[in-house]
Amino acid sequence: MAAHRCGLSLVCILIFSSLAHPSSCDTLEKANDNTAEKRSISEVNTDGSVAGEALNERQWQSTDAEVDRSDSTTHSEALTPAAARDEFQEELVIRPLHSGDIYASFQFRTLWDTDFLQEGQKVSHYRLFPKSLGQVLSKFSVRELHISFTQGFWRTMQWGQPFIPSPPGAELWVWFHDTVSDVDGNWKELTNVLSGIFCASLNFIDLTNTVQPSASFKPLGLGNATDHRFLRYATLPREIVCTENLTPWKKLLPCGSKAGLAVLMKSEKLFHSSFHSQAVHIRPICQDEQCSSKAWELRQTLNVVFDLHTSGQGKKEWSLFKMFSRTLTEACPLASSSKVYVDITDNPEGELFELSPATPLLGQAVVLGDRRTYSVYDLSRAETFGQLRSFNLLLRWKGDSGDMLRPLLHAERYVAGFGLQTGEIHTVIYNNHPYRAFPVLLMDSVPWYLQLYIHTLTVTSKSRDNKPSYIHYQPAKDRHRPHLLEMLIQLPPHSMTEVTVQFERALLKWTEYTPDPNHDLTSIVPVKEESSYFVRVYTEPLLVNLPTPDFSMPYNVICLTCTVVAVGYGSFYNLLTRTFQVDEPSPPLSKRLANLIRRMRGVPLLT
Amino acid sequence: MGLLSDPNRRKALTGLLTRLNTPICGMPVEWLVKAMQSRGLEVFTQSFSRKLPFPDENKERYMVRGTNVYGILRAPRAPRTEALVITAPCSPGNTNNQAVALLLALAQYFRNQIYWAKDIIFLVNEHDLIGTQAWLEGYHHTNITGMEYSPLQGRAGSIQAALSLELSSDVITSLDLVLEGLNGQLPNLDLANLFYAFCQKLGVLCTIQGKLQRNDWDTAEGYTHAAQTMMLMVLKQACGRSWGDHGLFLRYHIEAASVRGINSFRHYKTDATTIGRLLEGMVRKLNNLLERLHQSYFFYLLPSLSRFVSIGYYMPAFGLLAVILLLRALDLWVHLGAPALAAVDGVTEPSSPGVLTVLTPVVISHLTGVALYLLPVHLQEMAVEHFPVSETEAVVLTAIAIYTAGLALPHNTQRLLSGEGTEQGWKVLKLTALLYLAVLLGCTALINFSLGFILAVTLVPITASITPHMPKALYAVVMVLLSPAFTILYCVFIYQELIEAPVSVSEGWMLFLSVISQGILDHALYGSLVYPLLALFIYPCWLMFWNILFWN
Repeated sequence: MAAHRCGLSLVCILIFSSLAHPSSCDTLEKANDNTAEKRSISEVNTDGSVAGEALNERQWQSTDAEVDRSDSTTHSEALTPAAARDEFQEELVIRPLHSGDIYASFQFRTLWDTDFLQEGQKVSHYRLFPKSLGQVLSKFSVRELHISFTQGFWRTMQWGQPFIPSPPGAELWVWFHDTVSDVDGNWKELTNVLSGIFCASLNFIDLTNTVQPSASFKPLGLGNATDHRFLRYATLPREIVCTENLTPWKKLLPCGSKAGLAVLMKSEKLFHSSFHSQAVHIRPICQDEQCSSKAWELRQTLNVVFDLHTSGQGKKEWSLFKMFSRTLTEACPLASSSKVYVDITDNPEGELFELSPATPLLGQAVVLGDRRTYSVYDLSRAETFGQLRSFNLLLRWKGDSGDMLRPLLHAERYVAGFGLQTGEIHTVIYNNHPYRAFPVLLMDSVPWYLQLYIHTLTVTSKSRDNKPSYIHYQPAKDRHRPHLLEMLIQLPPHSMTEVTVQFERALLKWTEYTPDPNHDLTSIVPVKEESSYFVRVYTEPLLVNLPTPDFSMPYNVICLTCTVVAVGYGSFYNLLTRTFQVDEPSPPLSKRLANLIRRMRGVPLLT
Repeated sequence: MGLLSDPNRRKALTGLLTRLNTPICGMPVEWLVKAMQSRGLEVFTQSFSRKLPFPDENKERYMVRGTNVYGILRAPRAPRTEALVITAPCSPGNTNNQAVALLLALAQYFRNQIYWAKDIIFLVNEHDLIGTQAWLEGYHHTNITGMEYSPLQGRAGSIQAALSLELSSDVITSLDLVLEGLNGQLPNLDLANLFYAFCQKLGVLCTIQGKLQRNDWDTAEGYTHAAQTMMLMVLKQACGRSWGDHGLFLRYHIEAASVRGINSFRHYKTDATTIGRLLEGMVRKLNNLLERLHQSYFFYLLPSLSRFVSIGYYMPAFGLLAVILLLRALDLWVHLGAPALAAVDGVTEPSSPGVLTVLTPVVISHLTGVALYLLPVHLQEMAVEHFPVSETEAVVLTAIAIYTAGLALPHNTQRLLSGEGTEQGWKVLKLTALLYLAVLLGCTALINFSLGFILAVTLVPITASITPHMPKALYAVVMVLLSPAFTILYCVFIYQELIEAPVSVSEGWMLFLSVISQGILDHALYGSLVYPLLALFIYPCWLMFWNILFWN
């Protein structure tokens, strides 16, 4: 219990330090618009110590790292030159889920106190920061870059909210520096370069699936310029994530997969899971509290959910070895901090599951609006590994797995109707909070081949019309750009809000169909929900059947008609239209001369 | 394919089967929800209610209220974009318990596998087709038939294929594949091929229309057997009703078939494990599909499971029948053109009959059709009050009464308006009626070949040859015997003969009545189009020819 209390006081410090930190305030800038009402409530709930500043998980982790840095800098300063300090932190958060599944979230954070984008300064010496990314950032004047590759779909109903949400397939969004003149050109080149770096088909991103959201995506890092002309957002829902994407991602780590937490990333285990998402986030942050100069932060995250049922054993038991078929033996030598956290919030007395080895260290944080307690294992200490020199965390369930959750906010999406001409897209957003209304910003990007009838757009909650307070709609241009719809909707407490819009399926040209046209074409919406603690929720992508011709039939028909035309009709036409004449011998020279003269005079010719 | 190969799983399945063999009243919704949840599925329920237009005496239901239970197995590899459905109707009593048990066993086995690329929905529906209809309408957020249902909470993207299971005992001798769906729609032939391939692989006897395949194709018996199987398919397809739960999926462009276990007196039995392996194989094949099933035929007739007659072979047969009508119409057109020459010779005949001469019989025939379509259901209360019959009987008997009354009503109606019927009058009417019938039959055959073909066989010869100058009594009898209602009656007898359950005349008559009530119910419940087609178009068209016979 003493340890518990100690952890609690630690949190207070963390949060105050974060409050003093301009970069995190900056991040929450948008969220602050509507925190006012929430603040009083959260103060009541959490005895005021959290000061009502809700932080999301990653903020907390970053602030935690901030503190770590403050004590680690003392010796790291001695080692590295002061001109461009860089450091690397790694952590693994494990959260046992209600359903009996387990959620493991890796985060590798590289900080570098330098500025690529400064004029006249060429950065050529790289230590921890991957050179391939650094060069890309400076070449294309990228201010922020967020890229994620996801396999599977996050099941909010079973697993609750993820730390970092990501849509199925690939997602890329980039803020360019405001000195860039040709944003589209830079974007095109950048996607091609990134597709090479990550071995992904990001080169399929073009103008037809790129949008410029006006309100949904704000810079997460330093700088509050929000001119959305410099923002590009694209998703590729059909992208299939595989080992070939993981290997280049691992290569960006300073220790590779040789040491530290990254040794756990065996691809055959990571892909034997019900959810896998890997991401790279790059943003500029402040170097120090005065924010006199910029630093770059590279966060590589990997989230994976292991399924209890497919793991093959009847026992409800998880261990690092069972999840990753490896155990930990050392921290990455280059890392300034290397920790494993286990979420034990629902298990204060150990009645749900048992954790071994036990740890005296506890940490607390406010994650997505509720306070979580964590057991902390510090890999930089030798005693963590015990006698066997290997750390294998064991988690044994005692209780029964719970029913489905009722997350505060969740959303689903489907296509209604049947037939191949028209349809209706339904987006259903649930607010399960008993007395609070949430403002939600909904963003919907629909490919051009679904022609939206925007006059049929309806928003209903509790069977009443719900008028959005902000609508931004950019209609599609055939073969050039997709539809973009952004709306700010107020979700009444304990309600189900349904957004519907009708569409008509376009007839494509026969070369525009994908190689597997009878597999339907996809569209995706990120629904973004915004509240005091800023949650983003992605809905499932939709498969919409387009009217598809029978591609073998035209081929047969073309072959057949060509043959018939060429052989049959051609020869008939030839026979019917040709005039048969007896070839007369050519007229004598005198007659030809006479005709020549007659033609010049305009008199009828001799025959 | 390791399903149920280890003894533990087999034991669990046997336990389930014995558990389910104990009689249960209604559907055990809570038990099913728990059972599915414990197998790691996301479970949802949907309640629905439907008041039938009149009581269904075959299934003894009127006010239907029920609950569908479905569990979704989320595919680890895909973002909820595609799904497969396995459904088992759970009816009161224990006629289909084995299917539900097998469904749960499959769910348990499938849940532990990692290779699923499509979500799999395990649906247990109550009140067979009505439950399926409610679930499908809920899933696609449509309401075609006025069903009341609660909205679905969980979905899994667009459904690619569906299989319906019907097993009434834990051991079977053969599996029957049912393909005929609503309005004569058929699933892609590849689904049937898939089933056949796996039956061959696992050594399970498989049938279609309940008939085994014979190997002696060249002999007369073999040929007759195949022809009988195909005729059964034609009859089943023509009646336009859904012959299993799968039939309603076809409307939503979901390839679906029903697999029905049959336990006869044969010695060689197949146990539930083998059926499980068969279904596992089929579902895994469907799971691996990158595209919808589209490569193969959607229009076909099956003389046996391994042979098919494609649209290219059977459509010419219909075309030859339909061309009779067109040639006849052309002939009349030429004849109608000729009197213009005769008029020059001084024959006193009006050059063209008034529009009313043709329009009156057309309108009156169609009004009779509308009455036949609307009145039976709407007048049932009045009929029950005045006659000692049940509601169902009232509906059917009203329909027959209106049909018969129609025979008496329209002929010579044009005289009320335009006096004596002229020679040219009936020719114009017949020309109109012939073209009308040709268009009707053509459209019907495109959608439901069997229906179009049966109607063409009975209607075309008599309608093409009818004139007012024939012996009236004889031809009136022939026409009535070839009218749509009698066609239905013949079909009932032929069907009973083909399934080797011949009936006496009185039993046949009772069957005929129930077929009519089923047709009306199918239209009201599931949107089957055969009844409105017959009542609103085919019958009025036939009345027009009836009118020609009694011209002048």
